[in-house]
Amino acid sequence: MSDDLLARLKSYEGCPAAVARTGKDPVNAPMIRHWCEALGDTNPAYTGPDAVAPPTMLQVWTMGGLTGHDTRTQAYDELLALLDESGCTSVVATDCEQEYVRPLRPGDEITFDTVIESVSARKTTKLGTGHFVTTRTELRVGPDLVGIHRFRILKYAPARRPEKKPPRPRPVVNRDNAGFWKGVEQHKLLIQRCTACATLRFPWLPGCASCGAPDWDTVEATGEGTVYSYVVMHHPPFPAFDPPYAVALIELAEGVRMISNVIGTPYEKVRIGMPVRLEFQSYDDELVLPVFRVAEEAAV
Amino acid sequence: MKAGDEIPPLTIPVTRTLIVAGAIASRDYQDVHHDAELARRKGSPDIFMNILTTNGLVGRYITDHFGPAAVLKKVAIRLGAPNYPGDTMVLTGTIEDVDGDTVTVRVIGANGIGNHVTGTVTVSQGSAR
Repeated sequence: MSDDLLARLKSYEGCPAAVARTGKDPVNAPMIRHWCEALGDTNPAYTGPDAVAPPTMLQVWTMGGLTGHDTRTQAYDELLALLDESGCTSVVATDCEQEYVRPLRPGDEITFDTVIESVSARKTTKLGTGHFVTTRTELRVGPDLVGIHRFRILKYAPARRPEKKPPRPRPVVNRDNAGFWKGVEQHKLLIQRCTACATLRFPWLPGCASCGAPDWDTVEATGEGTVYSYVVMHHPPFPAFDPPYAVALIELAEGVRMISNVIGTPYEKVRIGMPVRLEFQSYDDELVLPVFRVAEEAAV
Repeated sequence: MKAGDEIPPLTIPVTRTLIVAGAIASRDYQDVHHDAELARRKGSPDIFMNILTTNGLVGRYITDHFGPAAVLKKVAIRLGAPNYPGDTMVLTGTIEDVDGDTVTVRVIGANGIGNHVTGTVTVSQGSAR
Protein backbone atom coordinates (compact mmCIF):
# COMPACT_ATOMS: atom_id res chain seq x y z
CA MET A 1 0.00 0.00 0.00
CA SER A 2 1.24 3.48 -0.74
CA ASP A 3 2.10 5.78 2.15
CA ASP A 4 0.06 8.30 0.27
CA LEU A 5 -3.13 6.28 0.74
CA LEU A 6 -2.45 5.82 4.45
CA ALA A 7 -1.82 9.55 4.82
CA ARG A 8 -5.10 10.29 3.09
CA LEU A 9 -6.94 7.78 5.30
CA LYS A 10 -5.30 9.22 8.41
CA SER A 11 -6.37 12.71 7.43
CA TYR A 12 -9.94 11.78 8.36
CA GLU A 13 -9.02 11.07 11.98
CA GLY A 14 -10.85 13.55 14.17
CA CYS A 15 -13.42 14.37 11.51
CA PRO A 16 -17.09 14.04 12.38
CA ALA A 17 -19.01 11.05 11.00
CA ALA A 18 -22.38 12.21 12.33
CA VAL A 19 -23.40 15.57 13.71
CA ALA A 20 -26.33 16.24 16.03
CA ARG A 21 -28.31 13.36 14.64
CA THR A 22 -31.59 12.29 16.22
CA GLY A 23 -32.54 8.70 16.99
CA LYS A 24 -35.30 7.44 14.70
CA ASP A 25 -37.43 6.49 17.69
CA PRO A 26 -37.35 7.67 21.26
CA VAL A 27 -36.44 4.99 23.78
CA ASN A 28 -39.65 2.95 23.90
CA ALA A 29 -41.22 -0.09 25.55
CA PRO A 30 -42.07 -2.06 22.38
CA MET A 31 -38.49 -2.00 21.05
CA ILE A 32 -37.24 -2.94 24.51
CA ARG A 33 -39.68 -5.86 24.63
CA HIS A 34 -38.73 -7.08 21.16
CA TRP A 35 -35.07 -6.98 22.13
CA CYS A 36 -35.69 -8.88 25.39
CA GLU A 37 -37.78 -11.47 23.53
CA ALA A 38 -35.10 -12.00 20.90
CA LEU A 39 -32.29 -12.33 23.43
CA GLY A 40 -34.26 -14.27 26.03
CA ASP A 41 -33.61 -11.55 28.59
CA THR A 42 -36.17 -11.83 31.39
CA ASN A 43 -34.64 -9.20 33.67
CA PRO A 44 -37.64 -7.54 35.44
CA ALA A 45 -35.78 -4.19 35.38
CA TYR A 46 -36.73 -3.91 31.70
CA THR A 47 -40.51 -4.24 32.15
CA GLY A 48 -43.27 -2.47 34.05
CA PRO A 49 -44.00 1.17 34.76
CA ASP A 50 -40.52 1.89 36.10
CA ALA A 51 -38.71 0.09 33.27
CA VAL A 52 -35.27 1.03 32.01
CA ALA A 53 -33.88 0.00 28.64
CA PRO A 54 -31.24 -2.74 28.62
CA PRO A 55 -28.02 -0.71 28.65
CA THR A 56 -26.55 -2.86 25.87
CA MET A 57 -29.28 -1.49 23.57
CA LEU A 58 -27.31 1.79 23.48
CA GLN A 59 -26.34 1.46 19.81
CA VAL A 60 -29.85 0.35 18.81
CA TRP A 61 -31.19 3.85 19.44
CA THR A 62 -28.72 5.20 16.86
CA MET A 63 -29.41 2.67 14.11
CA GLY A 64 -30.65 3.79 10.72
CA GLY A 65 -32.78 0.69 10.11
CA LEU A 66 -33.77 -0.31 6.59
CA THR A 67 -33.86 3.19 5.17
CA GLY A 68 -30.73 4.46 6.88
CA HIS A 69 -29.95 7.95 8.03
CA ASP A 70 -30.21 10.67 5.42
CA THR A 71 -27.34 12.70 6.74
CA ARG A 72 -23.94 11.07 6.90
CA THR A 73 -21.10 13.57 6.91
CA GLN A 74 -19.12 14.16 3.77
CA ALA A 75 -15.92 13.20 5.62
CA TYR A 76 -17.24 9.75 6.55
CA ASP A 77 -18.62 9.17 3.04
CA GLU A 78 -15.25 10.12 1.57
CA LEU A 79 -13.35 7.83 3.94
CA LEU A 80 -15.57 4.85 3.10
CA ALA A 81 -15.34 5.60 -0.62
CA LEU A 82 -11.55 5.80 -0.41
CA LEU A 83 -11.49 2.40 1.30
CA ASP A 84 -13.86 0.97 -1.32
CA GLU A 85 -11.61 2.26 -4.09
CA SER A 86 -8.57 0.63 -2.48
CA GLY A 87 -10.39 -2.71 -2.73
CA CYS A 88 -11.69 -2.81 0.83
CA THR A 89 -15.32 -3.28 -0.14
CA SER A 90 -16.43 -5.61 2.67
CA VAL A 91 -17.14 -4.61 6.21
CA VAL A 92 -17.34 -6.47 9.50
CA ALA A 93 -17.77 -5.16 13.03
CA THR A 94 -14.98 -6.25 15.35
CA ASP A 95 -15.17 -4.29 18.59
CA CYS A 96 -17.79 -2.52 20.63
CA GLU A 97 -17.07 -0.61 23.84
CA GLN A 98 -19.90 1.07 25.64
CA GLU A 99 -20.04 3.18 28.77
CA TYR A 100 -23.42 3.79 30.32
CA VAL A 101 -23.59 7.15 32.07
CA ARG A 102 -27.20 6.84 33.16
CA PRO A 103 -30.05 4.39 32.46
CA LEU A 104 -32.33 5.19 29.53
CA ARG A 105 -36.09 5.16 30.02
CA PRO A 106 -39.03 5.09 27.64
CA GLY A 107 -39.60 8.60 26.33
CA ASP A 108 -35.92 9.59 26.26
CA GLU A 109 -35.15 11.32 22.95
CA ILE A 110 -31.63 10.46 21.84
CA THR A 111 -29.33 12.74 19.90
CA PHE A 112 -25.82 11.71 19.01
CA ASP A 113 -22.53 12.82 17.49
CA THR A 114 -19.93 10.52 16.01
CA VAL A 115 -16.26 11.22 15.44
CA ILE A 116 -13.81 9.18 13.34
CA GLU A 117 -11.33 8.35 16.07
CA SER A 118 -8.73 6.37 14.16
CA VAL A 119 -7.96 4.60 10.91
CA SER A 120 -5.36 1.84 11.13
CA ALA A 121 -2.57 0.99 8.73
CA ARG A 122 -3.25 -1.90 6.38
CA LYS A 123 -3.61 -5.12 8.41
CA THR A 124 -3.84 -8.69 7.28
CA THR A 125 -6.56 -10.74 8.95
CA LYS A 126 -8.15 -14.12 8.36
CA LEU A 127 -10.88 -12.38 6.36
CA GLY A 128 -8.50 -10.44 4.15
CA THR A 129 -6.40 -7.30 4.34
CA GLY A 130 -7.93 -4.00 5.30
CA HIS A 131 -8.13 -1.09 7.68
CA PHE A 132 -9.75 -0.86 11.09
CA VAL A 133 -11.91 2.24 11.44
CA THR A 134 -12.82 3.27 14.97
CA THR A 135 -15.61 5.70 15.67
CA ARG A 136 -16.73 7.21 18.95
CA THR A 137 -20.33 8.20 19.44
CA GLU A 138 -21.66 10.29 22.29
CA LEU A 139 -25.34 9.92 23.04
CA ARG A 140 -27.31 12.64 24.76
CA VAL A 141 -30.78 13.22 26.09
CA GLY A 142 -31.23 16.96 25.93
CA PRO A 143 -27.88 18.41 27.04
CA ASP A 144 -26.96 15.40 29.18
CA LEU A 145 -24.43 12.80 28.13
CA VAL A 146 -26.07 9.39 28.68
CA GLY A 147 -23.68 7.00 26.99
CA ILE A 148 -20.48 6.59 24.98
CA HIS A 149 -20.25 4.05 22.23
CA ARG A 150 -16.93 3.17 20.61
CA PHE A 151 -17.24 0.98 17.55
CA ARG A 152 -14.60 -0.62 15.38
CA ILE A 153 -15.15 -2.02 11.95
CA LEU A 154 -12.77 -3.73 9.57
CA LYS A 155 -13.11 -2.52 5.99
CA TYR A 156 -11.37 -5.25 4.03
CA ALA A 157 -10.72 -6.83 0.67
CA PRO A 158 -12.09 -10.36 1.07
CA ALA A 159 -9.44 -13.08 0.81
CA ARG A 160 -10.37 -15.47 -1.96
CA ARG A 161 -11.27 -18.73 -0.33
CA PRO A 162 -10.60 -21.88 -2.28
CA GLU A 163 -14.00 -23.00 -3.43
CA LYS A 164 -14.71 -26.62 -2.74
CA LYS A 165 -15.23 -28.33 -6.05
CA PRO A 166 -18.34 -30.40 -6.37
CA PRO A 167 -17.51 -34.07 -6.92
CA ARG A 168 -17.24 -35.45 -10.42
CA PRO A 169 -20.59 -36.76 -11.67
CA ARG A 170 -21.22 -40.43 -10.87
CA PRO A 171 -21.88 -43.05 -13.54
CA VAL A 172 -25.41 -44.40 -13.79
CA VAL A 173 -25.03 -48.07 -12.95
CA ASN A 174 -27.89 -50.37 -13.95
CA ARG A 175 -28.49 -54.09 -14.58
CA ASP A 176 -27.23 -53.83 -18.14
CA ASN A 177 -23.87 -52.23 -17.33
CA ALA A 178 -23.23 -53.34 -13.72
CA GLY A 179 -20.67 -55.91 -14.91
CA PHE A 180 -18.64 -53.22 -16.61
CA TRP A 181 -18.44 -51.06 -13.46
CA LYS A 182 -17.64 -54.11 -11.36
CA GLY A 183 -14.68 -54.67 -13.69
CA VAL A 184 -13.56 -51.05 -13.37
CA GLU A 185 -13.58 -51.39 -9.58
CA GLN A 186 -11.07 -54.23 -10.01
CA HIS A 187 -9.08 -52.16 -12.53
CA LYS A 188 -10.23 -54.32 -15.46
CA LEU A 189 -11.72 -52.90 -18.63
CA LEU A 190 -14.24 -55.51 -19.72
CA ILE A 191 -15.72 -55.71 -23.21
CA GLN A 192 -18.92 -57.65 -23.79
CA ARG A 193 -18.76 -60.56 -26.27
CA CYS A 194 -21.80 -62.24 -27.80
CA THR A 195 -21.65 -65.98 -27.02
CA ALA A 196 -23.65 -66.73 -30.18
CA CYS A 197 -21.63 -64.88 -32.83
CA ALA A 198 -18.53 -63.72 -30.87
CA THR A 199 -19.02 -60.05 -31.84
CA LEU A 200 -17.49 -57.63 -29.32
CA ARG A 201 -19.65 -54.74 -28.20
CA PHE A 202 -19.15 -51.53 -26.26
CA PRO A 203 -20.83 -49.83 -24.46
CA TRP A 204 -22.58 -52.65 -22.67
CA LEU A 205 -26.04 -53.56 -24.00
CA PRO A 206 -28.60 -56.24 -23.13
CA GLY A 207 -28.43 -57.91 -26.57
CA CYS A 208 -26.13 -58.36 -29.57
CA ALA A 209 -26.59 -55.66 -32.21
CA SER A 210 -25.22 -58.05 -34.84
CA CYS A 211 -27.25 -61.27 -34.31
CA GLY A 212 -29.74 -60.31 -31.60
CA ALA A 213 -28.68 -63.02 -29.15
CA PRO A 214 -29.06 -62.08 -25.47
CA ASP A 215 -26.21 -64.12 -23.99
CA TRP A 216 -22.75 -62.78 -23.46
CA ASP A 217 -19.47 -63.17 -21.71
CA THR A 218 -16.56 -60.73 -21.38
CA VAL A 219 -13.08 -60.12 -22.71
CA GLU A 220 -10.60 -58.06 -20.74
CA ALA A 221 -9.14 -55.29 -22.87
CA THR A 222 -5.35 -55.17 -23.15
CA GLY A 223 -5.50 -51.43 -22.60
CA GLU A 224 -3.86 -50.50 -25.89
CA GLY A 225 -5.71 -48.08 -28.12
CA THR A 226 -5.54 -45.02 -30.33
CA VAL A 227 -7.33 -41.69 -30.42
CA TYR A 228 -10.02 -42.24 -33.04
CA SER A 229 -11.46 -38.75 -32.64
CA TYR A 230 -11.72 -36.04 -29.99
CA VAL A 231 -13.35 -32.76 -29.08
CA VAL A 232 -12.06 -30.01 -26.81
CA MET A 233 -14.59 -28.97 -24.24
CA HIS A 234 -14.63 -25.21 -23.59
CA HIS A 235 -18.20 -24.39 -22.80
CA PRO A 236 -20.41 -24.78 -20.88
CA PRO A 237 -18.17 -25.23 -17.84
CA PHE A 238 -19.33 -27.96 -15.45
CA PRO A 239 -18.33 -27.22 -11.86
CA ALA A 240 -16.44 -30.50 -11.37
CA PHE A 241 -14.24 -29.98 -14.45
CA ASP A 242 -11.58 -27.48 -15.50
CA PRO A 243 -12.20 -26.52 -19.12
CA PRO A 244 -10.72 -26.66 -21.65
CA TYR A 245 -10.10 -30.41 -21.70
CA ALA A 246 -10.04 -33.11 -24.36
CA VAL A 247 -12.80 -35.70 -24.57
CA ALA A 248 -11.62 -38.50 -26.82
CA LEU A 249 -13.17 -41.40 -28.64
CA ILE A 250 -10.62 -44.17 -28.12
CA GLU A 251 -10.46 -47.15 -30.43
CA LEU A 252 -9.28 -50.09 -28.37
CA ALA A 253 -6.91 -52.67 -29.85
CA GLU A 254 -9.86 -55.10 -29.73
CA GLY A 255 -11.71 -52.87 -32.19
CA VAL A 256 -14.48 -51.33 -30.06
CA ARG A 257 -14.51 -47.62 -29.27
CA MET A 258 -15.18 -45.84 -26.00
CA ILE A 259 -15.41 -42.26 -24.82
CA SER A 260 -12.91 -41.20 -22.19
CA ASN A 261 -10.40 -38.51 -21.27
CA VAL A 262 -6.81 -38.23 -22.45
CA ILE A 263 -4.81 -37.30 -19.37
CA GLY A 264 -1.27 -36.04 -18.98
CA THR A 265 -1.25 -34.24 -22.33
CA PRO A 266 -2.35 -30.65 -22.89
CA TYR A 267 -5.70 -30.58 -24.65
CA GLU A 268 -4.25 -28.80 -27.68
CA LYS A 269 -1.65 -31.55 -28.20
CA VAL A 270 -4.16 -34.39 -28.49
CA ARG A 271 -4.28 -35.69 -32.07
CA ILE A 272 -6.19 -38.32 -34.00
CA GLY A 273 -4.18 -41.53 -34.29
CA MET A 274 -2.17 -41.02 -31.11
CA PRO A 275 -1.42 -44.34 -29.43
CA VAL A 276 -2.78 -44.37 -25.89
CA ARG A 277 -2.73 -46.76 -22.97
CA LEU A 278 -5.40 -47.45 -20.38
CA GLU A 279 -5.06 -46.25 -16.79
CA PHE A 280 -7.43 -46.30 -13.89
CA GLN A 281 -7.69 -42.92 -12.27
CA SER A 282 -9.18 -42.28 -8.82
CA TYR A 283 -11.37 -39.24 -8.32
CA ASP A 284 -12.17 -38.20 -4.74
CA ASP A 285 -12.39 -41.20 -2.47
CA GLU A 286 -14.88 -43.44 -4.17
CA LEU A 287 -14.82 -43.02 -7.93
CA VAL A 288 -12.49 -44.91 -10.28
CA LEU A 289 -12.68 -44.25 -14.03
CA PRO A 290 -10.86 -45.76 -17.01
CA VAL A 291 -8.87 -43.00 -18.75
CA PHE A 292 -6.08 -42.93 -21.29
CA ARG A 293 -2.57 -41.58 -21.32
CA VAL A 294 -0.50 -41.08 -24.46
CA ALA A 295 1.69 -44.18 -24.84
CA GLU A 296 5.33 -43.47 -23.97
CA GLU A 297 6.89 -43.95 -27.38
CA ALA A 298 4.64 -41.22 -28.73
CA ALA A 299 4.84 -38.91 -25.75
CA VAL A 300 4.86 -35.21 -26.64
CA MET B 1 -16.69 -12.73 45.78
CA LYS B 2 -13.11 -12.08 44.87
CA ALA B 3 -10.84 -11.83 41.86
CA GLY B 4 -10.37 -15.19 40.21
CA ASP B 5 -13.85 -16.49 41.11
CA GLU B 6 -15.81 -17.90 38.23
CA ILE B 7 -19.47 -17.32 37.57
CA PRO B 8 -21.65 -20.15 36.26
CA PRO B 9 -21.66 -20.53 32.48
CA LEU B 10 -24.63 -19.64 30.29
CA THR B 11 -25.25 -21.80 27.23
CA ILE B 12 -26.82 -20.10 24.22
CA PRO B 13 -28.03 -22.31 21.36
CA VAL B 14 -27.20 -20.25 18.27
CA THR B 15 -30.35 -20.82 16.24
CA ARG B 16 -31.16 -19.21 12.91
CA THR B 17 -34.14 -17.64 14.69
CA LEU B 18 -31.94 -16.09 17.38
CA ILE B 19 -29.59 -14.61 14.78
CA VAL B 20 -32.41 -13.11 12.70
CA ALA B 21 -34.53 -12.00 15.67
CA GLY B 22 -31.48 -10.38 17.30
CA ALA B 23 -30.52 -8.57 14.10
CA ILE B 24 -34.01 -7.20 13.55
CA ALA B 25 -34.57 -6.30 17.22
CA SER B 26 -31.32 -4.32 17.02
CA ARG B 27 -32.43 -2.62 13.77
CA ASP B 28 -29.52 -4.18 11.89
CA TYR B 29 -30.67 -5.09 8.38
CA GLN B 30 -27.26 -6.06 6.96
CA ASP B 31 -28.09 -9.00 4.67
CA VAL B 32 -25.36 -11.23 6.15
CA HIS B 33 -27.47 -11.46 9.32
CA HIS B 34 -30.67 -12.74 7.69
CA ASP B 35 -30.11 -13.85 4.07
CA ALA B 36 -28.03 -17.03 3.76
CA GLU B 37 -27.85 -16.81 -0.03
CA LEU B 38 -26.38 -13.30 0.01
CA ALA B 39 -24.13 -14.17 2.96
CA ARG B 40 -22.65 -17.03 0.90
CA ARG B 41 -22.09 -14.73 -2.06
CA LYS B 42 -20.01 -12.55 0.26
CA GLY B 43 -17.83 -15.51 1.19
CA SER B 44 -19.50 -16.51 4.48
CA PRO B 45 -20.76 -20.11 4.78
CA ASP B 46 -24.04 -18.92 6.30
CA ILE B 47 -25.65 -15.99 8.10
CA PHE B 48 -23.94 -15.03 11.35
CA MET B 49 -24.83 -13.21 14.56
CA ASN B 50 -24.43 -9.43 14.59
CA ILE B 51 -22.31 -7.64 17.16
CA LEU B 52 -25.30 -5.95 18.80
CA THR B 53 -26.88 -9.31 19.65
CA THR B 54 -23.58 -10.59 21.03
CA ASN B 55 -23.28 -7.41 23.08
CA GLY B 56 -26.81 -7.92 24.43
CA LEU B 57 -26.14 -11.55 25.31
CA VAL B 58 -22.97 -10.61 27.20
CA GLY B 59 -24.97 -8.01 29.13
CA ARG B 60 -27.72 -10.53 29.83
CA TYR B 61 -25.18 -13.08 31.08
CA ILE B 62 -23.93 -10.61 33.67
CA THR B 63 -27.31 -9.26 34.81
CA ASP B 64 -28.78 -12.81 34.93
CA HIS B 65 -26.05 -13.62 37.42
CA PHE B 66 -25.97 -10.41 39.47
CA GLY B 67 -29.74 -9.90 39.53
CA PRO B 68 -32.15 -7.13 38.53
CA ALA B 69 -30.66 -4.57 40.94
CA ALA B 70 -27.28 -4.73 39.18
CA VAL B 71 -26.54 -1.92 36.74
CA LEU B 72 -24.17 -2.32 33.81
CA LYS B 73 -21.58 0.44 33.67
CA LYS B 74 -19.39 -0.66 30.83
CA VAL B 75 -19.36 -3.46 28.26
CA ALA B 76 -16.34 -3.83 25.97
CA ILE B 77 -16.26 -6.77 23.59
CA ARG B 78 -14.19 -8.03 20.70
CA LEU B 79 -15.50 -10.53 18.17
CA GLY B 80 -13.58 -13.54 16.89
CA ALA B 81 -15.06 -16.75 15.46
CA PRO B 82 -18.50 -16.00 13.99
CA ASN B 83 -21.68 -17.45 15.51
CA TYR B 84 -23.25 -19.50 12.73
CA PRO B 85 -26.65 -21.23 12.97
CA GLY B 86 -26.56 -24.64 14.63
CA ASP B 87 -23.60 -23.79 16.86
CA THR B 88 -23.70 -23.37 20.63
CA MET B 89 -22.06 -20.52 22.48
CA VAL B 90 -21.06 -21.00 26.10
CA LEU B 91 -20.47 -17.79 28.03
CA THR B 92 -18.10 -18.01 30.96
CA GLY B 93 -16.98 -15.28 33.31
CA THR B 94 -14.12 -14.72 35.69
CA ILE B 95 -14.14 -11.98 38.32
CA GLU B 96 -11.24 -9.70 37.53
CA ASP B 97 -11.66 -7.03 40.15
CA VAL B 98 -13.96 -6.09 43.02
CA ASP B 99 -13.99 -2.45 44.11
CA GLY B 100 -16.72 -1.68 46.62
CA ASP B 101 -19.93 -2.61 44.89
CA THR B 102 -18.35 -2.40 41.42
CA VAL B 103 -17.26 -5.67 39.88
CA THR B 104 -15.24 -6.20 36.70
CA VAL B 105 -15.82 -9.50 34.93
CA ARG B 106 -13.78 -10.99 32.12
CA VAL B 107 -16.19 -12.75 29.75
CA ILE B 108 -15.50 -15.32 27.06
CA GLY B 109 -18.12 -16.76 24.72
CA ALA B 110 -16.80 -19.90 23.03
CA ASN B 111 -18.51 -21.67 20.16
CA GLY B 112 -17.61 -24.77 18.17
CA ILE B 113 -14.95 -23.00 16.14
CA GLY B 114 -13.27 -20.86 18.77
CA ASN B 115 -13.86 -17.79 20.89
CA HIS B 116 -16.75 -15.86 19.42
CA VAL B 117 -16.41 -13.04 21.91
CA THR B 118 -13.95 -11.89 24.52
CA GLY B 119 -14.60 -8.89 26.67
CA THR B 120 -14.85 -7.11 29.93
CA VAL B 121 -17.97 -5.99 31.77
CA THR B 122 -18.10 -3.54 34.63
CA VAL B 123 -21.23 -3.84 36.74
CA SER B 124 -22.47 -2.05 39.80
CA GLN B 125 -24.22 -4.46 42.16
CA GLY B 126 -25.98 -1.69 44.05
CA SER B 127 -29.66 -0.95 44.12
CA ALA B 128 -29.40 2.62 42.83
CA ARG B 129 -30.92 3.05 39.43
